[in-house]
Amino acid sequence: MRFEIVIGLETHAQLSTSSKIFSSASTAFGAPPNTQASAVDIALPGVLPVLNRGAVERAIRFGLAVGGTINRRSVFARKNYFYPDLPKGYQISQYETPVVSGGSVTIVTDTGEKSVRLVRAHLEEDAGKSVHEGLPPELGDVSGIDLNRAGMPLLEIVTEPDMRSAAEAIAYAKTLHALVTWIGICDGDMQEGNFRCDANVSVRRPGEPLGTRCEIKNLNSFRFLAQAIEYEARRQIELIEDGGRVEQETRLYDPDRDETRSMRSKEDAQDYRYFPDPDLPTLVIDDAWIARVRDAMPELPDALRARLVQAYGLTPYDAEQLTLSRALVDYYEAVTQALEARDAAAYKLAANWVLGEFSAARNRADVAIEHAKVSPRALAGLLRRIADHTISGKIAKDVFDTMWSGEGSGDDAADAIIERRGLRQISDTSAIEALVNDVLAKNAAMVEEYRAGKDKAVNALVGQVMKASKGKANPTQVNEILRRVLASGK
Amino acid sequence: MSGAFGSIVELAAGLRAREWSCVELATDTLARLRDSQAAVNAFISVDEEGALAQARAADARLGAGDAPVLTGIPIAHKDVLMTRGLRTTCASRMLERFVAPYDAHVVARLREAGTVLVGKTNMDEFAMGSSSETSYFGPVRNPWSAECVPGGSSGGSAAAVAAGIVPATTGTDTGGSIRQPAALTGICGLKPTYGLCSRYGLVAFASSLDTPGPFAHTAHDCALLLNAMAGHDERDSTSVSRTAEDYARLIDANAGTKPLDGLRIGIPREFADDALEPDVVASVEEALAALRSLGASTLDITLPRLSYCVPVYYVVAPAEASSNLSRFDGVRYGHRAAEYDDLFEMYCRTRAEGFGAEVKRRILVGTYVLSQGYYDAYYLKAQQVRRLIAEDFTRAFAQCDVIAGPTAPTCAFTIGAKANDPVQMYLNDIFTIAANLTGMPAMSVPCGLSKQGLPIGLQLQANYFDEARLLNVAHRFQQATDWHSRRPS
Repeated sequence: MRFEIVIGLETHAQLSTSSKIFSSASTAFGAPPNTQASAVDIALPGVLPVLNRGAVERAIRFGLAVGGTINRRSVFARKNYFYPDLPKGYQISQYETPVVSGGSVTIVTDTGEKSVRLVRAHLEEDAGKSVHEGLPPELGDVSGIDLNRAGMPLLEIVTEPDMRSAAEAIAYAKTLHALVTWIGICDGDMQEGNFRCDANVSVRRPGEPLGTRCEIKNLNSFRFLAQAIEYEARRQIELIEDGGRVEQETRLYDPDRDETRSMRSKEDAQDYRYFPDPDLPTLVIDDAWIARVRDAMPELPDALRARLVQAYGLTPYDAEQLTLSRALVDYYEAVTQALEARDAAAYKLAANWVLGEFSAARNRADVAIEHAKVSPRALAGLLRRIADHTISGKIAKDVFDTMWSGEGSGDDAADAIIERRGLRQISDTSAIEALVNDVLAKNAAMVEEYRAGKDKAVNALVGQVMKASKGKANPTQVNEILRRVLASGK
Repeated sequence: MSGAFGSIVELAAGLRAREWSCVELATDTLARLRDSQAAVNAFISVDEEGALAQARAADARLGAGDAPVLTGIPIAHKDVLMTRGLRTTCASRMLERFVAPYDAHVVARLREAGTVLVGKTNMDEFAMGSSSETSYFGPVRNPWSAECVPGGSSGGSAAAVAAGIVPATTGTDTGGSIRQPAALTGICGLKPTYGLCSRYGLVAFASSLDTPGPFAHTAHDCALLLNAMAGHDERDSTSVSRTAEDYARLIDANAGTKPLDGLRIGIPREFADDALEPDVVASVEEALAALRSLGASTLDITLPRLSYCVPVYYVVAPAEASSNLSRFDGVRYGHRAAEYDDLFEMYCRTRAEGFGAEVKRRILVGTYVLSQGYYDAYYLKAQQVRRLIAEDFTRAFAQCDVIAGPTAPTCAFTIGAKANDPVQMYLNDIFTIAANLTGMPAMSVPCGLSKQGLPIGLQLQANYFDEARLLNVAHRFQQATDWHSRRPS
């Protein structure tokens, strides 16, 4: 019997404030250990936390973006446990009343659109880091503590168990990542750890109640998230099929071995002794504050997606892909502005290129969109030449690579390259006929196959003609002429 | 000169009249401090050099004119308040050698006001206790009787003033830790409204209850100290933002022979308690008569939930303490066990060695009441009852202006008498805890001596931010009585 995978995600998004959530220390990444830890962050006796209103404002922005309820009153609580990188012996978080309740995120996968419901989003502080490697050897066999990260502002975003596959979980994580960077509350740099996911995974046979879940901690890339969920679901299914039972536990994903390992079982779970933090008054958010935040919101991805579908005739999938980043949509819209033809075909072609060649080249070069080597106007110039059949799509890819490698960077770069390299498509019927006759003469065997009823042989012959033309012949014309000549020679 | 037992007002006048200098005052204070240490043990640390340097600066400030009233006044801070460069131990082995890199807000305010810091006073470990016996640095002795405790937890601060060493000290009051030792040593002690004086730099015991406040011989002196200590501090989110006021303004006003005319004093029926010593009852009755003769009227009031104060307190305070004291883990500062095999053992040994028995008891109780399955029955319930107690007081203050009664049920008790009976010890706070649970201001004023010659304190309580009135009532009482002028032999 088939199993259904049930996934809920908890995401820690580090908020993009310049100082920490309860102290004035800087949040800049990469400083030498313990140089960005104030008296509050290292929990000297007698120090007290003071809430950073910038962190609250970002939480409000998030709540508005996902259509959640901004709680007018929310409470900070202490989560008590001992660990060397937790200086106070407790983490300040929100427990019973979070700053945001509810809301949802719409995801798009191959199987269509789906709404993932959010349970809550709450503010909390990050812990420091234990350092086990790279310490000065004269210190001997010790571990270090770096408290630069202690007190970093986090928004923990918790979903309902609404996802049913790794693909859906990835789609959610990517959409959420796009959203938090879009609205400017998180830099989203996953390598720096400022967007990390915990996945709650369980399996069940369809129609049955939810199975026992395992939580997989600290997945800091989309790929690891997918692999960890797939491994974990497989593990649970095999366990059940072998007559075993899934135990509730916290597990760690090991990317090197592509497996999850038990970290602690439910029995080992600590009693965190949550209670309201007496150092911090109830967080009160009034309507005026919410209104100010709302007025400063950019156009949200959902609204923009709808506009892309409506105005450009794009598919929901393309619209979703384009809105994964604000910069990407801006680039796309700049390309469309520079196009001559304003029709659905041209917009679709532009979307294909922006999501295809352009994004691939940018990823390979690992540069931000703003620093891409091909400007929107230059790309539009290239697309114009595809549309008017000056070059084929295949040739266009070569032209694009040439543009990206820096040869000709102006708006007319494509035209210049086409001219200089003589890439203009051959559309002269007599020239193509000459090429066709030449190829047919040299490939008598293939012609025989075709005549014997093997229609596919024509494709190989088209390929030979294209090759002979160095890719410049108009493929549609080649096809037509070839079939005509073959037919006439019967 | 001597300056012993002088009030701030008197010493400040002497400084301005050039009868003595700040350096002379500091030198004499330091001599008295040294001489008293063996008998009273009021101090944990002394800063002779620093005190003299501050005194020289204060002399210069006075010479330049326009110096604030507290300029050159010797002061000592309870060793739970952070003092930059001078160690702050909380009377615990855990922080035996801890030197803070910063001043507590109230310490900084008093420094700016010109006071001369001579040292840090002894106390119950981490301010947990009512006798100042639990200090890692040995018990404080009551200047009135060496066999007796001075009360606690701010016992060193109270004894330092009562012994005539310094005219002023600071304390912290979480369940009576300023008022009870003030009563037991025959001086004034004020717990201001919660939030009026910043807690920044006060090593937290129970965050929702901890309140810094002053000790002095007179209410007038307390008002001058409060003027310097109060004020908004953005580093403490529970610090209130209010326009500054002069807490001595009513004291300075000329009020005639019936200065308390129109004042309504509420006497809670619930204060009549079997545990009250007859001498305490008699002295408080006498004090009420004195207040009536100054124009005040007394009326019976009722505070129905008063009996819940002690149990509520002994849930809330340990709960917060158990969390607040988690930072003392041996990782970053303070005591760390010398030997351990792993992290867990390092924590266990460090805390087993670093904390004394009473601190451990409260951490255990606090951990228990916050644990899963018990939270609702204990902590949550206690917080609900706490609100009801506050409602009782709010209702009472609609009928009266101040509430009066004994500060503590007994006079100073013998060292060791209650050390092994926590519940008896906790009952010492029966009258003082309410003001911490509600956050309202309260103070203790000396109002008598027992047959054994031990001091008795009158507790006066007022509504939120009504310190000026509270201090004025105490001041008028002191104008009419001389209990604050009595000295231990």
